[in-house]
Formats: sequence, structure tokens, C-alpha cells
Amino acid sequence: MNRRTLHLFLPAATGALFVAGWYAVHAFLSDDWRFLLPTPGAILAAFRDNRDALARATLNTTEGALLGFAAAIFLSAFFGLLLSLSPLVRRSLYPYLMILQMTPVIVVAPILVLWVGAGLKSVVVVTFLICFFPLVVNTTQGLVSTDRNLVELFRMWRATRAQQLFLLRAPAALPYFFTGLRIAATLAPIGALVGDYTAGSSAGDGGGLGFQALVYSSRAQYPALFATAVVTCLLGFLFVAIVIGLARLTLSHWHDSYERTDV
Amino acid sequence: MADTPLVELREVTKRFGPASAPLVLDRISLAAAPGDFVSLIGPSGCGKSTLLRLIAGLSPLSGGSLTVAGHAPDAAAAELAFVFQEPTLLPWLTAARNIELPQKLRGVPAAARAATRARVLDLVRLADKSAAYPRQLSGGQKMRVSIARALALAPRLLLLDEPFGALDEITREHLNEELLAIRERQSWTAFFVTHSVAEAVFLSNRIFVMSANPGRLAAEVRIDLSHPRTADTRLSRAYHDLVTEVSRLLRSAESSASAA
Repeated sequence: MNRRTLHLFLPAATGALFVAGWYAVHAFLSDDWRFLLPTPGAILAAFRDNRDALARATLNTTEGALLGFAAAIFLSAFFGLLLSLSPLVRRSLYPYLMILQMTPVIVVAPILVLWVGAGLKSVVVVTFLICFFPLVVNTTQGLVSTDRNLVELFRMWRATRAQQLFLLRAPAALPYFFTGLRIAATLAPIGALVGDYTAGSSAGDGGGLGFQALVYSSRAQYPALFATAVVTCLLGFLFVAIVIGLARLTLSHWHDSYERTDV
Repeated sequence: MADTPLVELREVTKRFGPASAPLVLDRISLAAAPGDFVSLIGPSGCGKSTLLRLIAGLSPLSGGSLTVAGHAPDAAAAELAFVFQEPTLLPWLTAARNIELPQKLRGVPAAARAATRARVLDLVRLADKSAAYPRQLSGGQKMRVSIARALALAPRLLLLDEPFGALDEITREHLNEELLAIRERQSWTAFFVTHSVAEAVFLSNRIFVMSANPGRLAAEVRIDLSHPRTADTRLSRAYHDLVTEVSRLLRSAESSASAA
């Protein structure tokens, strides 16, 4: 078996073992407790039965996640620039960024509902709050880590501030930016889900995956609840895969960390 | 006009921080004529790189006066080009774009940039690497691109801060020969900071030996080896005598510094 096949075979084998173990545990459980661990087959069936509801919820959550993620990217670029201007600006603003990061979203969510209303708007704001911090921290770090000698060369070449920003500092910050983007991409679907769970609403769009999870759990539809978890997980994978793909497209020709390598 | 110095330092002093901070450079006076190849050599901490940064206008003087082509250093930016020990290329640009960048910043039209780029890539013998990214080049090739970028600015004064210090001995000797070969075809004045006596003797017509704590000019040696200098020059008796003499001066500069 060559390396490549082995690399595909190993995770597939672990997965098969895991599913087999799952069935074994299920068979071992007494009838009274079996409902707690629906079989993978039952979860698949729940997928089929709840196709429309899950698809609609996934679309709504994706919408919230994308909008919040995009808002976090734009505002973090702006604040990253602002913070990179001087250590004094960083000193003045960092404590409050930390506070923003430390405040649990679960606590803020009810207030958000009061401010912007339940539903998509709240979901977007929660996603934004979760994604913003890793993005702004990494972007700022990137903008202030430009090679000193290159900055001096730009000075000697009489580059304008705009030239220095767009031709030197911004491209040099890209690897850092993508590190932040990768972290934020894993957080965006989770943020949208949590936002939906705490501040979602069935009004209008019918709610997202978080709201759907609430519904299934209140109706004791545990296979469907498991199916919701699987969909959320896949959504997270999709976000991260897109970001990694973008990073490779942008960076692979000049930055070592995005070279195509085997694990 | 030929006697007007291109670079002139009078009683230049430098300290970092307040007036009570120790002197890094103590009353340095020297003048370099157009066409000079000046090497600065000395023990670590003698301020030779600092001196180069003063000439480049990257750092202000603490005392004395310094002119480049009759101007204060920061007004002479268009006259000079600087080469660091690291190649200091933009990793996201190809060799060609790296070389064109400073001209692009100065608003030189694309056609003129491309012509200059082709010419300097030829000079450093990298015409076939113009589309390569820095990470695809060896250490010596990256340094050649860095030098080509400096030459593309058609500087009157080339400032080199240990440009070959990170390279292996053989690559360094090749690049030394290439640098002189390029100089046969162009006329710029050079200030070259190095740790290597052999390199300084091979390249220069004047070597300033510096001592440390504070940095002072300890001695000047004139190198009148004939041009063109080639690999054979290193085999000559005159070359060896000069290397011996400069090494001796360097050692005495070091010991006087440690005695102080």
C-alpha cells in the first residue's frame, strides 16, 4: 500500500471502528436508555425526515455566519490599521478589546435581543463579537511586524505613506491576517449557532441551526439533534477549507507555512 | 571638480540617547572622492555600521557635519543606494518586480523600468531568474538581486553593510569578483562595511581600520593593487603583504580598545 492510499485508509479505518463501537454500545444499552444514543442509521434517517427544516436552518445560519464574519473582517482591517499607527493607540485600546473578548456572549445575548431584536440581526452581532478579536489581534500584529530594513529601504526610496502601507505593510501582514482568518473561520459557524440558540427566532426566516437544536431538544427528537450537530460540524469544515484554499492561492508562492505538505 | 569629495565627514560624533550616553562614534573625519571604494573594517561594536547609516541619512548625527554630493544626507537620498547584510527583498514579488520597485515608487515609466531591470539582471548574471520568487533563489542569488536593485537606481554612492557576510567563502569570493567587474563598467563610489580583511583588500582602494569604545578611525591603508583585479590577484605577493598589514592594524586596534 503506498503512502497516499495509507493516508486515506487510516482515517477511514478509524471512522469504521468508531461506528462499529457506536453500534456495539447501542446494543449493550438497555431499552430504557437506548434513546440517549441513536444509531448512525437512525441519525441518517432523521436527516432524511428533516431535510427541509435542516436545509432552511443551515441556509439561515450560513447567512448569519457569513455576514458576521464579513463585518468582523472589514472592521478588524480598519481597527488593525488604527492600532498599528502607534504603541500609544494600542495601549489605549487593548484593555477594552480584552474586555470585549472576555465578556461571555451568552450573557450579552439577551441584551442584544433588546437592542437589535431577535433573529438574524442578533445572530450577526454575536458572530461578529466572536470573530472580531482573533482577526484584529493578528492583523495588528502583522502590520507592526514589517521587516525593519525593508521599512528603511522604503524611506530611502522616498515612498509615500500610502505606498508604504499598500506595497509593504499590508502584503507583509497577509500571513498573520490569514492566521486570524483561520481561527475566525472555525468560530463563525459556532458563533452563528450560539447566537441563534440564545437570540434566535422562528419569526420570518424560521430560525437557524441553533433554533432548530432548541426545537428538537424540546421535542426529544434526539436523532434529529445529532443530525443538527453533524450539519454544524460540516459547515465549520467548509468555512475553514475555503479560508485555507484562499490562503494557499494568495501565499503559497512566497510563504513557507502555506506550502502543500503532508501531515 | 574631480577633487570635490562626494562624501565628507567632519568631526562626526554619534551617541544613542541623551548627551550623557556614551559615544558610539568619536570625531570621525574623512573624505571620499568620486570613484573611491572605501572599506570600513573593525572589531564588533566599533560603530562601522552606524557610520554607514549616518551617511545613508537613516540616523541623525549627534555632532559634526556630513555631506553627500554637497547635501545633507537626507536630502541626498536620490544619489545613494543601500545594500543590507540580508537580501531584504519583498518575498511576494519576483526578482524582476523587486528590482523595479524603487523606480516604480519614483514614478519611472514601465518601459524604462523594464530596460533598466534587464540591464542590471545581466550585470549580476541572473537574466534567467527574473520570474523567480526570492524563496526559489539561493542565498548568493538573492544577494545578487539585492545588488541589482541597488544598481538599478543608478546611484552615485553605493553603501554596502556586510552584504556578503552571511554567504559561504566561495560564493563570497565570486561575488567580490563580480562586484569589481560591474564597477569596470559603471562608476559609482562605494562604502563597504566588512569583517573580512581579505575582502576589504581585494575590493578597496582605501581601507579605514576602526577601533571600538568609542568608535574611532585608527588607521587608513591605501590599496594600490592594479585593476582589473581577478581571482589571480589573490595569489600575488602584494595582495598578501596588504592582507598581513591590515590584519596587524586590526589587531592593534582591537587590543587598544580592550586596554581602554
